[in-house]
This record gives sequence, C-alpha cells and structure tokens, in this order.
Amino acid sequence: MARAGSGSLPRYILQRILLVIPMIWVILTVVFVVLRVAPGDPVSAALGGKLNAQALEQRREALGFNRPLIAQYWDYVSSVMHLDFGTTFSDNQPVLRVIRDNGGATLSLTVAAFVIALVVGIPLGLLAGRFRDSVPDVVIRLFGILSYAAPVFFVGFLLQLYVAGPLGLPTSGDASPITVFQVQPKTHILLLDALLSGNGAAIQDVLKHLVLPATTLGLLICGIFIRLVRVNMLQTMQADYVEAAEARGISSGKVTWRHGFRNALVPVITVVGLQFALLLGGAVLTEPTFNWPGIGSKLVFYINNRDYGAVQGIITIFALAVVLISVIIDIVNALIDPRVRF
Amino acid sequence: MRRVAAGLLKPFTETAGLARWMLVAGVLLTAVFVVFALFAPWVAPYGFAQTSAHGVAFPKLGHPDSQHWFGTDRLFFDVFSRVIWGARTALEVVVLSIFFCVVIGVPLGLASGYYGGWFDRIVVLVMDAMYAFPSFLLAIVFSFLLTNVYGGSVVAVSLSLTAVYIPQYFRVVRNTTLSAKEATYVEAARAIGATDGRIMRRYLFGNVIQSVPVLGTLNAADAILTLAGLGFLGLGIQSTDAAEWGHDLNRALADAGGGVWWTGLYPGLAIVLLVTGLTLVGEGLNETLNPTLRRRRLLPVVMPGRAAPNLVEEERS
Amino acid sequence: MAIDVSDRTVAISPGEPVISARDVRVWYGTTRGAIRAVDGVSFDLAPGETLGLVGESGCGKSTLGRGLMGLLPEGAKRDGQVLFRGQDIFSLSAKESYQLRGRELGMIFQEPLTRLNPLMRISQHFEETIKQHEPGLSKDEIRERALEALRLMGIPPTRYRSYPHEFSGGMRQRLMIALALVLRPAFVVADEPTTALDVLVEAQIVQILNDLRRNFQTSLLLITHNVGIVAEACDRVAVMYAGRIVEQGTVAEVFKNPQHPYTRELLRSTISLSTTGLNYIPGAPPDLVDPPDGCRFHPRCPQAMNVCATQNPVNMERPGGGRVECWLLGPDEQVPPGGKQPLKQEELTVADEA
Repeated sequence: MARAGSGSLPRYILQRILLVIPMIWVILTVVFVVLRVAPGDPVSAALGGKLNAQALEQRREALGFNRPLIAQYWDYVSSVMHLDFGTTFSDNQPVLRVIRDNGGATLSLTVAAFVIALVVGIPLGLLAGRFRDSVPDVVIRLFGILSYAAPVFFVGFLLQLYVAGPLGLPTSGDASPITVFQVQPKTHILLLDALLSGNGAAIQDVLKHLVLPATTLGLLICGIFIRLVRVNMLQTMQADYVEAAEARGISSGKVTWRHGFRNALVPVITVVGLQFALLLGGAVLTEPTFNWPGIGSKLVFYINNRDYGAVQGIITIFALAVVLISVIIDIVNALIDPRVRF
Repeated sequence: MRRVAAGLLKPFTETAGLARWMLVAGVLLTAVFVVFALFAPWVAPYGFAQTSAHGVAFPKLGHPDSQHWFGTDRLFFDVFSRVIWGARTALEVVVLSIFFCVVIGVPLGLASGYYGGWFDRIVVLVMDAMYAFPSFLLAIVFSFLLTNVYGGSVVAVSLSLTAVYIPQYFRVVRNTTLSAKEATYVEAARAIGATDGRIMRRYLFGNVIQSVPVLGTLNAADAILTLAGLGFLGLGIQSTDAAEWGHDLNRALADAGGGVWWTGLYPGLAIVLLVTGLTLVGEGLNETLNPTLRRRRLLPVVMPGRAAPNLVEEERS
Repeated sequence: MAIDVSDRTVAISPGEPVISARDVRVWYGTTRGAIRAVDGVSFDLAPGETLGLVGESGCGKSTLGRGLMGLLPEGAKRDGQVLFRGQDIFSLSAKESYQLRGRELGMIFQEPLTRLNPLMRISQHFEETIKQHEPGLSKDEIRERALEALRLMGIPPTRYRSYPHEFSGGMRQRLMIALALVLRPAFVVADEPTTALDVLVEAQIVQILNDLRRNFQTSLLLITHNVGIVAEACDRVAVMYAGRIVEQGTVAEVFKNPQHPYTRELLRSTISLSTTGLNYIPGAPPDLVDPPDGCRFHPRCPQAMNVCATQNPVNMERPGGGRVECWLLGPDEQVPPGGKQPLKQEELTVADEA
C-alpha cells in the first residue's frame, strides 16, 4: 500500500521520460520512411528548374542522396540527436535558423489562441454539462460544433471581411513596418520584445495584429474544449461520490463546484494538452490566411517549392515538440491526480 | 426485417428532446449534400470549370444575380455550380478514404488484437506514433508525398486521408477485439476446435463492427475539414480537375480585400453545414449508443390517490 | 449472539418513534411505464432500534431506503407520509431536505470505493461535511470531531490525510460509516453495507453497526438480502416482497414463527452448517410495472388460495406481535365463498425461471 501523500512522483517522471524514447525513434523512422519512399528525386523536385544536370548531381552527392538508404537513415537520426535538423534546399538555410527566425511568431499565435480557447471554452463546457438540455446548453453545444466545423481559413475570411474594417484591426502580418524597425529582436518573439522595449505604441500595434489571427485559431480549439468538458461534466455528475455527497447534505452549489467541476476538469487537462497537436495543424492554416510570418507560412512556402529538406526538418521538429508536450502533460496530470502515481 | 428497421429507428424513438432534434437536423443536412453529390450534373446549372454558356462568357467576379445565384469568381467559374460539384468531390474523397480505412484498419486491428505478440506490439507502436502526430501535418506529409507521384487526383488525396485516420480505426477495433476475445463463448468456440479465422469472422467481427459507424461519421466530418485544408494549401485537387471548396476559399481570400464576399462565403458555408450535419449525426448516434449519456424519454409517473388503508386493528401502543 | 426479546420490548419503550412511515410509494418512470418499486409501505422505528429490511434483489428495499433519504433518480416520484420526529420529511422543500441530510439523516452505501471522491483527502471529506452543517466550528474543532469519529471506527489518526484509494475495502467502509455518523444523525439508512466485503470484514462491520445503537442511540434501517446479518444485528425485521412489506416484527418472533409463506421460504433457503440440500423458491419476482392481481406472491406461493389471486391481502397484526398480510391468516369475514380453495397454479415455464 502506497504511503499517504505524494506517492512516487519522481519515479513516475523518470518512467515517463524513458517511455518516450522509443516513441521518438518510431516517429523519426516514420517521417524518414514516408518522405523518402517517394519515387522521384527530391533534389530535382526542388531545384530542377534552377540548376543544370551536372550541378544537380553535385548537389545530390553533397547532400548524401547517393548513399545507401540505411546510411541516409542513420545520418538523419544521428544528426537529429545532435539537434541538427538539416538545411533547406531552396534557400540553403539551416532549418534551425528558420525555426528561430519564425518560431516566435508561431509561438505567440498558438499561445494566444490557446488562452482564448481556455478562457472561453472551459467555462462554457462546464455550464453546458451542469445544466443539461437547458437553453444555454443547446446554444453552447451548437456554438461548439459550429466553431469546429468552420475551417480556420473561412473564419479568417469572415473576420477579415466583416470585423476587421469596423474594428479597425489589421489583417496582415504581425506588426507594422515601423514597429518591426523600432523593436529590438532580443528573444525573437515579437510580443515579448515589444513588451521589453516598453514602447507603448509598439505593444499596441503588436497586440492589434494578434487579435484576429489568435481569435480565429482559438475558436477552432474552443469548440473541442466545450465538447470535451461538457461530456466529462455529464459523466462526473452521475458519479457515485456525487450522490454520496448529496446524501451528506452538501449543498447543490458546493457539490457542483467541488465534486463536479474539479473532477470533470482532471481528465480534461490531459486532453487539453493534447490539443497542442491540433493547434500546430491549425497554425499552418491560419498563418497564410493572415500573412502571419510564422513557421506555418514558411512550411507552406517550402511545400509549394517541393523543398524536401525543409519539409523534413520542420516536420521532425514539430513531431518532437508534440511528444515533448505530451510528456509534460502526463507529468502535470500525475501532479494533480494522486491515483496515477503509484 | 421489422427488427432491423426498429433497430435503425431506435436513435429516434428512444431519445428525448434535444438529442433527437440534433440527430434529425444532422441527417437532413447531410442528406441535402448527399443529394447534391449524387445528382450534381442535374442540380448544378453549369459545369464546375465552365466559363461560358450559350456563347456568352461569364463575368469575372460577377455579383450574384439571376444567372449566377452565387456570383462568379476570378476564373470566370459559376460559384453555385462549384458549390454543388464540390459536394460530389468532398463525398467522393471522404467515402473512398473511409472505405480504405475500414478495409485495411479493421482486419489489421482484428488480427493484431487477436494474435498479439511482437506483430501486435510493432503495429501498435507505429499506429500510436502516427496517432500522436498532429493529424493535419501528417496529412500534409502524405499528400506532399502522394501528389508527387499521382498528382492531385481524388485517389491520391483519399489515400492521404486514409493514412491519417487509419490509426483511429485500428485502435478502436483492436480494443474491442481485446475485450471481446476474453468472452466465454469465444473460449468455448476454441474448445470445440473452431479455427482462428472462423472465430474472428463469426464472433469477433460482429462485436467489433458496431463501433465503426459512429467513428466513421465523426471521421467523415473531420476528413472534410482536412480535405478543405489541403485544398486551401494547394496540396489537393486543382481547380480545373474538380471543384473543391478549400481551394476555392484560397482564391477567395485575395478577393476579400476588394469587398468581394460571395466567392468565399458560399463554399465556406457549404463546408460548415456539411461538417455540422455529419457531426450532429455522429454525436447523436454516440449519445444513443452510449447508455450513460443517453437521455431516455421517461413516461411521467402518475400515482392514483392513496387508497383507503385496508388495515385491521391499526393500533399504536 | 442471542437476542433477549423481553429485554428489547421494555428498552424500546413507546415514546415517540423516530421514523413513522405510512403508505410510502416510490415509483420509477421508464420508457415502458411506471415501475412500482415501493407500493404502500408502512413501518415505525424507535430511537436506538435497528430494523432489518430483507428481501430478494429487486423487491424494492434499496428504493425504499433511497426514497426516505430523497435520493431518487430523475423521473421517479414518491408519495406518502414519513414523520421524522413528528415532521413530514416528504413535504419539505429542497433546501430543508438538504439541511436534514447528513445532520439528522445519514446514509451508508454499498460500495465504498466509488462513494468517495478520489481527488479529495479523507480530511477534506470530513471538513466539507462538518462545515456544511456546523459552519461556526474552528478548524481544530473540526479536526477533533473527525478524528474521534475515525477512532471509534478503529482508524488511526495517521491516515487522516490519505486518499481513498490508499485504504483496503473494509477500512473504506468504516470510513464511510464514520463520515455518515460524524454529526450523530438520529436515523441512518445502511444500504447493503457488507455485500461488497468479504466475510471476515463483514463480521467487523456488523459489530460496528451493533455498537451503534448502544453508543449513539442511532436508529438504523439495515437493508440487506442476507438473513444471517439480520439475525445478528437487528432488533426487528421487515420482510419485503415486490414493493410491499409482507411481514414485520421482532427478529426473534419472526424467525421463530414466520407467518407469511414467503418469510418461511426465505428462511428455509438460508444456508447453515446443517444444510444438506439446497432450497429455493421457484419462479422469479413479478414485473413491477404490471404487478399481478391480488397478493403479489401468489404465483409462487405453495399455499396459494383462490382469493389470493383476486384480492389484496389485508394488513393485520400477527400473533406474537408485529404485522403481516396474508389470506392464510384471514380475516375470514372478508374472504368470498370458495376463496379458501387452493389455487390451481399454472406450470411455471422454464422461461419464468430465467
């Protein structure tokens, strides 16, 4: 029988981290296999129009495409272990540099969207679950479904058409040229840099540019949160311990809050964290819609140029980020739910 | 036969209030688009890549009017027709991809759950890795790959979607198989010498197949969004090959600046309505089949008045 | 554990009964129609007395317990009069009901693990309950009360800050009992408290329940299908069948001289060390949506008469004290001519057994 209190939290964390390693290896393998299996030659696909046959062959040699597949695979995995994610073909930049330059924009977009989704989605889901089949429940559920059913680029389109004008919000880019000029790129995250610089006009400008894209992306996730939280709330309110609490005379409000909401949110936290994957996918669609200079826009650019090196590098980083986040979420879950730790 | 019909209607007859209306609304919405898809050549006034009729060229970015109910876009296409033809494209791709998912995922899940061992472990690891991957990014990767090979055809895009969603089918089938194979009737069947194949076919398949419809419906909703997303990025079907709502929205985005709303609004609405319809059906089915969530239509209790107590010698000592 | 009957009848003197139930009905709403789970139940419960409510699964005993507490699912309706210390608890407002629960009316459930919030420590469970009903107490006082309740149940104070899943089944049930009793309610319903526990633990819990009436003067309604427990822990017993109490009286009297055929069958099917063959009652309990006419037990009763199939038996005092409803005991003047002839039973088909 485990001791009362924290249980074996450090051991759980260690186990979890160890479990991740085979998962990472599998993901790397899947990415490599899928992308390399394409017949045809990545190099010519990317650069065919720009270089002559000889130069293409040189390139192929330099990038190691003439080596046996296993060797290429090993190159790929070992360089990832050294945090080297390769170089783009079309503009010959290290992928890491692309991430560094554009990652900040994607980060501020996804974090802002996540916050909006949490703040709007979770309370609405709890309410809908608590007052099942009432008018608010119906409206909230409908809202949840619609916000997920409307693709981000459509929502972006509508916002640009009908909201941006009346509210005077910009629809393109993450800042005006003046702001970009004025703000020192210390962290490469524009919002943070603007805050650090203390320049009021710059901060306002950055925030104004952030509103529409973040709301668009946030709405996507919001719908999912609403549904998840609602279902969890419904099941929690039927739990035996809820009835037992009522049998002890605990007031309806307290039962809802202490036994209902709190317990309903625990499984939600795990799933909420897993939406990070969805956020990334959504970002890839939101950024081109608003000309947002993030990794998503860059990815689209490289895809249209058939730049295999860039696509492989960026996808690998995304996948690893998702796995990392899932480990963190599991650990947070263990912190909150004592049953997980034994 | 009547039992089958009764079973099909159970979602309608046994649910109460809202769940039933949502299901009904969902079915209606979906049905509209299915009709569009099936009867596109007759319902749509023009072809999806048609730029003139009766010798008169279509206007560029023309306002909605009696000739073009939803207006025209910058490629001189009629938006209304493209919306209708788009339904056909969407349903074609989605049905095809679900078909592949079921045909590959169900047997794989059955075999994996039933036989276990290292085969199972490897497949599970691969499927989990794919499942953990952001689904849209996975779709991008696969279509990047497949369009290199096959170009932007319906089959290529369907296969990309299949690759994205197979892990879900696999998981569900495998989990159901794992629990079903422990049933005593399976043990009994094995004891009398039934072969593995027979067991899987007769006993497990029926159990397993039950979870597929709900999954398929919710999947279809998601697949349409993914398809539209791929189209938006230019990774899917090209405008001249077929009508695809996402791709049309890509072009419409540039029009928004000029105040042109019809090229984007209608394809977008089409996506929203179809996905909503499918989601409502899927959720409605889910609520019906999941007993804890089901809200049954309870007949109200009417108690007749208290009968005069037929007690003999009711004494209180 | 011999029960001295004469002692009992003197100890439970005719004061005001704690619970006085009259013609209680609890019906469930379903898609088919109303299930008459409890259909006209009356009983009294004196202070410090334990009443065993015994019967087959589905006879309505659990429903009765929940109905008294007011813990009924959606679509259920209750009717009748239940006086708790003179006040009709069936006609209270929701808020007043809440105030009574936990403080004056307590409930002990069957499966303790699911009845405790897995994310809350035991200490938090107690604090919540005590604070709800006695908001004026300080933190230390609350702790004192809780620890004392635990001590009486044999749970050491070192476990006070543990989580529910860290306890064994028997300890969890003792926790539940402590939690239900911490505010010293006057009336407690125990719904199959030992069914989910193994035999040794069961004995401990029974002992605890026994001590209850001695130490706290708590009136206990002990719901169980286990006749042995009733014999050990209860003062009086009420035998329930198909929503009605067919016989009630002191344990000694009812077990020595069962008057109702169902009670007799029930006692005969109990297994003891001297059992050589298994007895069972053929058939199954009736469908409560549409119960049989007349006495509900008549389809399975070995001594059924014609009148039993047509008229409800009269609830009357049984010889030896208590109440019973069975035409075998009369009243003869209400039996129509020919009513006393044995009833021709249909062959119970195999399907009925299932």
